[in-house]
Amino acid sequence: MIHFSTGGCNGCDIELVAALTPRFDIERFGALLKGSPRHADVLLVTGAVTRQVRDRLIRIYEQMPEPKFVVAIGSCAISGGVFQGCYNVTGVDNALPVDAYIPGCPPKPEAIIDGIVKLLKKLGY
Amino acid sequence: MKETEFIIPVGPQHPALKEPEKFLIKVDGEYVVDADVRMGYNHRGIEKAMESRTYLQGLYLVERICGICSCAHTTCYTQCIEEAMGLEIPERAKYIRVITAELERIHSHLLWLGIAAHEVGFDTLFFYIWRDREVVMDLLELISGNRVHYAMPTIGGVRRDIPPEKVNEIKKGCNVLEKRTKYYKELILNEKTIHNRGDGVGVLTPKEAVALCTVGPVARASGINTDVRADDPYLVYDEIPFNVITYDGCDVTSRILVRVDEVLESINIVRYCLDHMPDGPIRKVVSPLMRVPEAEVVSLVEAPRGELIHYTRSNGGMKPYRHKVRAPTLGNILAVCEMLKGGYIADVPIVIAGIDPCLCCADRIAFVDVNTDKRWVWTDEQLRRYGVKWYQQNS
Repeated sequence: MIHFSTGGCNGCDIELVAALTPRFDIERFGALLKGSPRHADVLLVTGAVTRQVRDRLIRIYEQMPEPKFVVAIGSCAISGGVFQGCYNVTGVDNALPVDAYIPGCPPKPEAIIDGIVKLLKKLGY
Repeated sequence: MKETEFIIPVGPQHPALKEPEKFLIKVDGEYVVDADVRMGYNHRGIEKAMESRTYLQGLYLVERICGICSCAHTTCYTQCIEEAMGLEIPERAKYIRVITAELERIHSHLLWLGIAAHEVGFDTLFFYIWRDREVVMDLLELISGNRVHYAMPTIGGVRRDIPPEKVNEIKKGCNVLEKRTKYYKELILNEKTIHNRGDGVGVLTPKEAVALCTVGPVARASGINTDVRADDPYLVYDEIPFNVITYDGCDVTSRILVRVDEVLESINIVRYCLDHMPDGPIRKVVSPLMRVPEAEVVSLVEAPRGELIHYTRSNGGMKPYRHKVRAPTLGNILAVCEMLKGGYIADVPIVIAGIDPCLCCADRIAFVDVNTDKRWVWTDEQLRRYGVKWYQQNS
């Protein structure tokens, strides 16, 4: 997995990190956070995708090896959330094909784990 | 640019910072010659959006400026609007706001301590601290119903009361946190890993700290006694006994120690508030479609990262004419460039993390070699690994 924050409020980001740490420990399900897009199969997108970051997001996605999947975490990534209608917000769906949505503002670590496990199931793991 | 210099870009995607920002770092061999910062990846247009929302809708928008210090933003915003309206909130509401704000400070500082440990390659400490941080997250969930956006302060008071049975739960949680934080302080004072990577790294002299307008723990780690809670008390901070923590080290180790001590102070503040909280109503109900009389108000709050300023201007309508936010990171980010100069490339991650940047964005750093004009981009993770490896080989 690789995580990219695209202009949210950090809430989803800290909950995602919490999902990696001992109490929740997403590694139990075979998911590991990597630093480089070239080592990742799943792109975790948090935030509302600002205009500045949109091109960078697409570039990161393009660097990932096939097959690759996108998970949108949080209300902002799904619909823009409270930032809906802001002039600088474009949305994940307009930039990338999304495979799984995890709703919540922010989703709890349990919800993030559940979403990722559901994606794994969908892929046949 | 000299022939031996080299520019390295770091960011905008950077696994350690969790937010996008970009640093251009000019290096000569292993030394950092100059640094430049580029922000704006996280710009969402919140200030403009505020103008098209009513005051109560705006409350939920300011909360989502930042997920780590959301309570600081709402406290600051509600104070601003209440002053404009001439609204005095109930005493009990003030205490509840302080309790939430201090629990948030504990969670924010512990979060940062974990990240700092991760940046110096001390992942064991990172996981230990984040495990214990779950205790304070549970307390916040207990009182507010949510782990991150608490939505406690509202215009006219707070949304939820803290009943007596929850007071005991919070006190129990505080005891656990105090025990663990004392242990971490002991560990940080004696652990070589921290001192090897933190002592004399990212130095910011008191003079520079003042000149560059640093705020919060960064300024306090440079020996500057500044804390909005003490200098310009809001809510009930003038009634609460607490110490402003300062250290004179001016380096990363001091910044770590300031935050550890502040966690202990915050625990005491929470305990004091729980014991001295008066009974009574928690909220004055205001209409969601209220109008705010013509006014211009500035409000200050000590967020976990430092002084937070909200400015609002009303022209008598249901929506603000202008709302301006100055977050503490903006005050500290320029100081980073100063701290990086003269240091090693390997120190870049911990120095940047040292101010606890909260850009609510994802960043990279670019390196430029002054010798060859070669440019390359590293992600945070690559840079962090480089830093850890370099210190293993060179110490």
